Amino acid sequence: MIRLVPRTETPALLQVVTPVLAVLATMLAGGLLFAVMGYDPVAAIKTIFWDPLFGPAASYSRPQLLVKAAPLILIASGLAVGFRAGIWNIGAEGQYIIGAITGAAVALTAYPAAGMWIFPAMVIAGAAGGWAWGMIPALLRNWFGASEILVSLMLVYVAQRIAAWMAFGPMKNPEGFGFPGSRNLQQYPAAANPELIPGTGAHWGVVAAVLAVLATWFLMSRHIRGFHIRAAGAAPRAARFAGVKPETLVAFCLGLSGALAGMAGLFEVAGPAGQITDKVGVGYGFTAIIVAFLGRLHPVGILLAGLLLALTYIGGELAQLTMNLPAATVQVFQGMLLFFLLGFDLLTRYRIARRITA
Amino acid sequence: MIIDPIALFLLLLSASTPILFAALGELVVERAGVLNLGVEGMMITGALAGFAAAYHTGNPWLGFAAAALAGALIAMPFAVLTQFLLSNQVASGLALTLFGLGMAALFGKPVEGVKAPAMASGPLDLNWIVWLGLGMVPAIWWFLNRSRAGLILRGMGENHDAAHALGYDVRRVRIAAIAFGGAMAGIGGAFISIATVLQWTEGMTAGAGWIALAIVVFSNWTAPGVMAGAWLFGGVTVLQLRLQAAGVRVPVQLLSMAPYLATILVLVAISARQKFSRRAGSAAPGSLGQTFHALR
Repeated sequence: MIRLVPRTETPALLQVVTPVLAVLATMLAGGLLFAVMGYDPVAAIKTIFWDPLFGPAASYSRPQLLVKAAPLILIASGLAVGFRAGIWNIGAEGQYIIGAITGAAVALTAYPAAGMWIFPAMVIAGAAGGWAWGMIPALLRNWFGASEILVSLMLVYVAQRIAAWMAFGPMKNPEGFGFPGSRNLQQYPAAANPELIPGTGAHWGVVAAVLAVLATWFLMSRHIRGFHIRAAGAAPRAARFAGVKPETLVAFCLGLSGALAGMAGLFEVAGPAGQITDKVGVGYGFTAIIVAFLGRLHPVGILLAGLLLALTYIGGELAQLTMNLPAATVQVFQGMLLFFLLGFDLLTRYRIARRITA
Repeated sequence: MIIDPIALFLLLLSASTPILFAALGELVVERAGVLNLGVEGMMITGALAGFAAAYHTGNPWLGFAAAALAGALIAMPFAVLTQFLLSNQVASGLALTLFGLGMAALFGKPVEGVKAPAMASGPLDLNWIVWLGLGMVPAIWWFLNRSRAGLILRGMGENHDAAHALGYDVRRVRIAAIAFGGAMAGIGGAFISIATVLQWTEGMTAGAGWIALAIVVFSNWTAPGVMAGAWLFGGVTVLQLRLQAAGVRVPVQLLSMAPYLATILVLVAISARQKFSRRAGSAAPGSLGQTFHALR
């Protein structure tokens, strides 16, 4: 028999190896699933993980990598800060949607004015919208002790319905021939979030994502607030005795992750998506949770994890086109990946030893 | 417009059934000390498996049986992760929800657009599953409060180390509870697809699993409380649909927020009561959500 002995310290190598193991296990299990469904597993895995980067159509799909990775990294770096402290914001999807709406609202109000101020104002409005939406669960937890998990998640459904209402009502394009959806911001130069360097897919959201990675790295490893967050996560009671106020951390973490998610929503709606529709939320807020865990809640890890999950999105679309694989495959992949990640995480927290039988 | 209160109450009973099943299942799981946030994933799995089985066999009852089995099966990765691999229950539950939603979307394509077989109604023209759900309330109350097995299960939820020291197999009981919770969530999900919507559509549980989780908090971890909570939400849902049908001048999208906003309100009210009232403290199980690791 074996037994598990808790580790006091995790070897650095294991921190890096376990996510890689989880990805490999997901590929294996995914291949098995494809085989059961009657697809060639090797070809499917190659289409999802290899072809978007090096395949025949790679020149088209490679820029998409940054487009998809930017919102994931932006949202996940905020979420990871809270997860470190045991504060579970799982409603980033809602904060993303609200940020898209408040940001777009600035543009739609300003239309058709031109001006350098419009886009920065949209970014601020997007961040503020996401921040406010994230503060709702924070305040309800601080004031009344309501679970931030359930409240933030409920607010996703509310945000989705606000988006639908906006698309069919207040924000509907007056020149849209009655179709739902707002004006297309890509066709409104002062508000558009264009590709900055042609052929790379890099828009302002990518810049923001890189800044978010740097900022959260600084916060978590160099700033006293980051130390408080890590302390509260590792030993809540000890942190409280040391003067760390849990209420402050709840508000900070939910506000920060909300603002970053809101910004991600704004960059998306002003760029790749272009308009507010009832389907503004495409699940980045949920996938970002997986990105945060795959990156082991570390900013650099999140950067890499965001790129990998972006790859699964693009590969999934490619497999849909070339192999007729259902769109939901990617979702299943992502769910499996989180399962394997959590499973392999055991190795970082426990040492496996032989049971001594007396 | 005359609103017949009895007819409205019968509608409420139907509307609350999916959440009642899922929340009763989660109640047992949480009383055993496990927080499973995967209810939404298990419900959607049950909704699909139940619908597909009912459609292919033409027998709704087989559909519900398949839904219970599928719900329990899909909960097993969560059980393995939290009970053997000592993973964080919050994260594992989220993974279960994401996985379940994906699996259901993946395997649901072939039954899109087909209709569920007709189901014979029971007394008062209510579906038999509605009656079964109502019967489960006293049954689970009795199990938790009056049976020996229920006492052991509750003991584990309050203090798993003490239960372990007394020689009880914490993991085995918890895995059984997780499977039961999955089966109940599966039946609840299948009620939506087989008996309410009569079709399969992607994401059709629309947050019902999360509402069920909130109702367990609302109930203060008791079976009658779960029923009261489920009825409250059934009521809000029916009212909201009635208002839509009556052509109230409020956009449909805003009316359909009602169940989610009501969940938040109720959660806040009950949390505030548990936080501020000296008499009515929270009855949350002591070991809820904590990883159990027996060193010996």
